[in-house]
Amino acid sequence: MLALIPLFPLIGFLINGSWYAFLQAPSGRPKAGAAVPGVIATLAIFASFVVSLILFLQLNELSADNRVIDQLVLQWITIGDFKLDIAFHLDALSSLFTLVITGVGTLIHIYSIGYMGHDETPGKFFSYLNLFCFAMLILVLGSSLPVLFMGWEGVGLCSYLLIGYWYSDDEKASAGKKAFIVNRVGDFGFLLGMFLIFSTFGTLDFTALKVAVVHGHEIALPAGVALGTVTSICLLLFVGCMGKSAQIPLYVWLPDAMAGPTPVSALIHAATMVTSGIYMVSRLNYLYTLSPAAMSVVAAVGAFTAFFAATIAIVQRDIKKVLAYSTVSQLGYMFLACGVGAFASGVFHVITHAFFKALLFLGAGSVIHGMHEEQDIMKMGGLKSKMPRTFLVFAVGWLAICGVPPFSGFFSKDEILWQAFSSEHGSVLLWVLGALTAVMTAFYMTRLFSLIFLGKPRFDEKAMSHHSGHDDGHGHGHGGVHESPFVMVGPLMILAVLSAVGGFMGLPKVMTGTEGWLEHWLEPVIPIHEVVEYSSSALEWGLMGFSVVLAVLGIFAGLKLYQNLNKPKALAERWPVMHGLLENKWYVDEIYQAVFIRPIRALSVGLWKGFDVAVIDRIVLGFGRVFEWTGQTLRMTQTGSIQTYAFVLLIGIVMIVGYLIYGMV
Amino acid sequence: MMQQVEPWVVLSFCSAIFFIGLAGVLIRRNILVILMSIELMLNAVNLTFVTFSKQLSQMGGQMAVFFIITVAAAESAVGLGLVIAMFRTLRSVDTDQIQLLRE
Repeated sequence: MLALIPLFPLIGFLINGSWYAFLQAPSGRPKAGAAVPGVIATLAIFASFVVSLILFLQLNELSADNRVIDQLVLQWITIGDFKLDIAFHLDALSSLFTLVITGVGTLIHIYSIGYMGHDETPGKFFSYLNLFCFAMLILVLGSSLPVLFMGWEGVGLCSYLLIGYWYSDDEKASAGKKAFIVNRVGDFGFLLGMFLIFSTFGTLDFTALKVAVVHGHEIALPAGVALGTVTSICLLLFVGCMGKSAQIPLYVWLPDAMAGPTPVSALIHAATMVTSGIYMVSRLNYLYTLSPAAMSVVAAVGAFTAFFAATIAIVQRDIKKVLAYSTVSQLGYMFLACGVGAFASGVFHVITHAFFKALLFLGAGSVIHGMHEEQDIMKMGGLKSKMPRTFLVFAVGWLAICGVPPFSGFFSKDEILWQAFSSEHGSVLLWVLGALTAVMTAFYMTRLFSLIFLGKPRFDEKAMSHHSGHDDGHGHGHGGVHESPFVMVGPLMILAVLSAVGGFMGLPKVMTGTEGWLEHWLEPVIPIHEVVEYSSSALEWGLMGFSVVLAVLGIFAGLKLYQNLNKPKALAERWPVMHGLLENKWYVDEIYQAVFIRPIRALSVGLWKGFDVAVIDRIVLGFGRVFEWTGQTLRMTQTGSIQTYAFVLLIGIVMIVGYLIYGMV
Repeated sequence: MMQQVEPWVVLSFCSAIFFIGLAGVLIRRNILVILMSIELMLNAVNLTFVTFSKQLSQMGGQMAVFFIITVAAAESAVGLGLVIAMFRTLRSVDTDQIQLLRE
């Protein structure tokens, strides 16, 4: 039953993929409707959602101690004592992830039917989307690190394919390559970490690994394992997370990944794939707990990434870029939570973030769709009346990410901030970074919201309606800016409801007197994180109130500042250096270009011209020339005249006979 | 009593014929002539065998002669057949014209 979850998307991929590869592509790619492949793909992922739900309910009935479903699919490699099986392992943690992946995935598939309606190759798009879900499900269901790694690479591949989906555009194709190559750097660390785990613990299986480290409720180093080794393992694996989950210094690919279609940004680059790093860290929480040094690194990188990305998001003009930096920032929050030992809070934020960020991305897609592919928020404005339903759902997503109670983002973010403040691994500095990020998040999201929906339109309506003259597929009689069809708005509404109420699955202890449902649910995998030092509930209430004040402050500042566009312009002119730095994303891409890419390029060109062409080619070609010359010379003896051969034969015989007669003496 | 021919006379005669045949093989360009020259060389060898057989009173030499005559007959049959086939395809029996091995 468990294997059905990844099987359905695989079947969907095969159907749509073969339909595209064998029917559409060879016939010169005539335009094809998105409905049929879209429905097939949606049914496939919906089927696995149903299975995930059934299994989740089954898990719910088991007692907390053996809340696990295992399934062995294939005995892959057996060498001596070493066994590598393709096996699936569903427990509290992976069941949550499968629900999010298949649930949010289903909604995004439905949305894509509308969004990709004008696309020429929907079969290809939906088969990639299904393949991604398949790989992502393998990632979260794998019972050992190698299986997880297979999924890890699979989602990387699909991310590459989908970012460069419109590959005829050079910029988009190279964005795909950038994502793939940057992830390669991270995967290198991941692989090394895996090797080190194997050489240290002799196993790669999660269950066996846990048995080696966890004894009852105590987590202790096994005999003969140095703490430094565990720290190295954690840090190497975290390098993999930096790549996949876009943390400093490997976050640079995620903003560029927005070149892909918007549903892809929502599914892969906001809701699911980028959270796989948090999944892995939470899965191996017992290893990280062993090593305080690694925990500090995770927390510091997370907090700094959250802060850093938020500063960039403040000045970006592209609607999707703002959301991309916001995603990087929110991922930073999740790692901050993991780093201070509150893995469950990290997972909580993964879930709520999946809801509200998918909502925001899809809402942005709806805006882009309605604005005829316009992505510059400076050229939007006043869409509130034109797209009322999108406006409403986007508002929910906005309030959720800003952390306004009782929307979901408030609970998860506040949980993280509280843990950063109070945990034994946390510190005031981490909390300050997190709180500053919260203000900035509220500010830039309000800026985005205000520039899109509020104020007066800053685009030429006539030009927009002219647009629709050759854009007849919208199904709308009138041209101009228009609300998106129901197939797109429907999923948004469901996501809006989830974003609004999703926070109640993890109500803080101070409110109800007991841990939230989520923390209880995750207890078999992630031990409940006890906070001893600050047990004063007044402090927690105070901080909670403070973070609400911060959110409101950010929102208020954003609304006030962007009421009149001259004010932000004046601000930018007053601090041109700061504004330039932020607008150019702290020049990180340029620095990487100068420090890594250019020297490597120069070295490669040097090796190519100085060694490959000058040395290797000469040796190889030299061999060829020697043989050619010898052949040409010896060829002269081949006259083809039989009598010459006979004469040579005669001479030879005379010489041999002469040797036999006289030479033997 | 018949006057016996001295062996050296016969052997000189044989080698003369052999070298005439050899020269023919190497010098003449007509394949038919070359085949005839080969015949000449074979018969020179036959005669040598017989001479030594008689001189040494051993029958092995004469045995060899019969073999050679048989094989030579077969050889000239095959050789002539090849020459005819060659002439049909290449319209020539001149070895200067026939240098297919060269390329």
